[in-house]
Amino acid sequence: MDMLSTFWTTVPVTLQIVIQILAIVLPLSLAVAYLTLAERKVIGYIQARIGPNRVGPRGWLQPIADGIKLLMKEVIIPSGASRALFIIGPILSLVPALIAWAVIPFDDTLVLSDINAGLLYIMAVTSMGVYGVIIAGWASNSKYAFLGAMRCAAQIVSYEIAMGFALVGVLIAAGSLNLGDIVRAQSGSLAHWFWLPLLPLFLIYFIAGVAETNRAPFDVAEGESEIVAGFHVEYSGMTFAVFFLAEYANMILVSALAALMFLGGWLSPFQGIPLLQGLFAWVPGIIWLLLKISVLLFLFLWFRATFPRYRYDQIMRLGWKVFIPITIVWLLVVGVAVLYKLPWWFD
Amino acid sequence: MKTIINYIKSLFLWELLKGLKLTGGYLFAKKITVQYPEEKTPMSPRFRGLHALRRYPNGEERCIACKLCEAVCPAACITIESEQRADGTRRTTRYDIDLFKCIYCGFCEESCPVDAIVETRIFEYHFEQRGDNIITKDKLMEIGDRNEKQIAADRASDARYR
Repeated sequence: MDMLSTFWTTVPVTLQIVIQILAIVLPLSLAVAYLTLAERKVIGYIQARIGPNRVGPRGWLQPIADGIKLLMKEVIIPSGASRALFIIGPILSLVPALIAWAVIPFDDTLVLSDINAGLLYIMAVTSMGVYGVIIAGWASNSKYAFLGAMRCAAQIVSYEIAMGFALVGVLIAAGSLNLGDIVRAQSGSLAHWFWLPLLPLFLIYFIAGVAETNRAPFDVAEGESEIVAGFHVEYSGMTFAVFFLAEYANMILVSALAALMFLGGWLSPFQGIPLLQGLFAWVPGIIWLLLKISVLLFLFLWFRATFPRYRYDQIMRLGWKVFIPITIVWLLVVGVAVLYKLPWWFD
Repeated sequence: MKTIINYIKSLFLWELLKGLKLTGGYLFAKKITVQYPEEKTPMSPRFRGLHALRRYPNGEERCIACKLCEAVCPAACITIESEQRADGTRRTTRYDIDLFKCIYCGFCEESCPVDAIVETRIFEYHFEQRGDNIITKDKLMEIGDRNEKQIAADRASDARYR
């Protein structure tokens, strides 16, 4: 171990960073691949089916087979499309979902870049994702794609506000923009986590996150049954796969952020409980974080298997007339609670 | 009052939670998937699959070329030509079924006075060449010979209703 750490210090800094980035992105890509399998399995089980089970033992190689298939397919660029933008679109939707992971703390010390404005950085970066969809829809030069892009733009912009307000609540409660500090502010016990004092904000953040990632029941941008596939009708092969990677990477990102900001990140849920705390002290923090992310991801899949798609005006109503007022009211509540140092959470 | 309750219910996502509870229950329900090539669903004796021409137990072909099946066939997929055989009986020289035209309605089987043309339980078949879709009398007789046991058992079990 000592030899390894001395060897690590001799590696040039640039290479160190590249290795760290790969250590995040490669497991993330694998997680994305297996999230697709998990989705098919979970939805299958909910529909009393067993889901894919033919490729490899119990279907575990299915994502790899899907990946190879999509790689081998021809990338068709429509003759009426704007070639450069057509390619840039999917890239622009995937990149923000990946670079946001730079500031995600996996553990007390395990973070690629421990910057002070971590949450602001994430807000800024994830907002870029919508450009990928809009550019893709516009560059396709197709009616359905354009319609999907327009819907997507309006929806994401609406929910970004509610989401931003929910994050402001977290900022007030934690008093920091650094994600590590936000998690540390929640230490104490399960009841100290922000999900309890910020319950409405947690729910709104998560629902807005579902809307941000264009997942059912907010998938009007894709709208499989009404506008075929929405913004990515014209995409095929690898460009199509990149859109899917982006969608699933975004799901994982939203779940990770919700786990960090409301569910105590890497903190053990048994913290503060006399006996269990010692019993589970050996579990590394990253395991708790991954568990919390998995539970939230399961919620995504459960939603998709349960709810029919919202009508477009209902989405707008929910975003503007329900979520934004509630978040503003709750910001006030949190502000007062912090000002008077409400015991238990903010003392 | 009712509107207030409804408002609170919708605000706290009451019905959505009920929906989640329902689907969550199905997550653990028994799965009904049939793993097709290894497992198969039970099949009725009245199943209408690939056609076959039958023989009497003494080996004589049943078909007497009455052409009722040809006449009744709504898809007009049966073509029959007949001739007098040396022993004076009328027999088919040609009995073709175009499986692309056939709609598997079973009228041919119902119309047949001697139970010669039947539809078997066979449904897993394919064609590799253009023209294979037209099955000739030889092929039909062969299918009948090969599956006579099953065909006879199916007719017997359904005889009460015919």
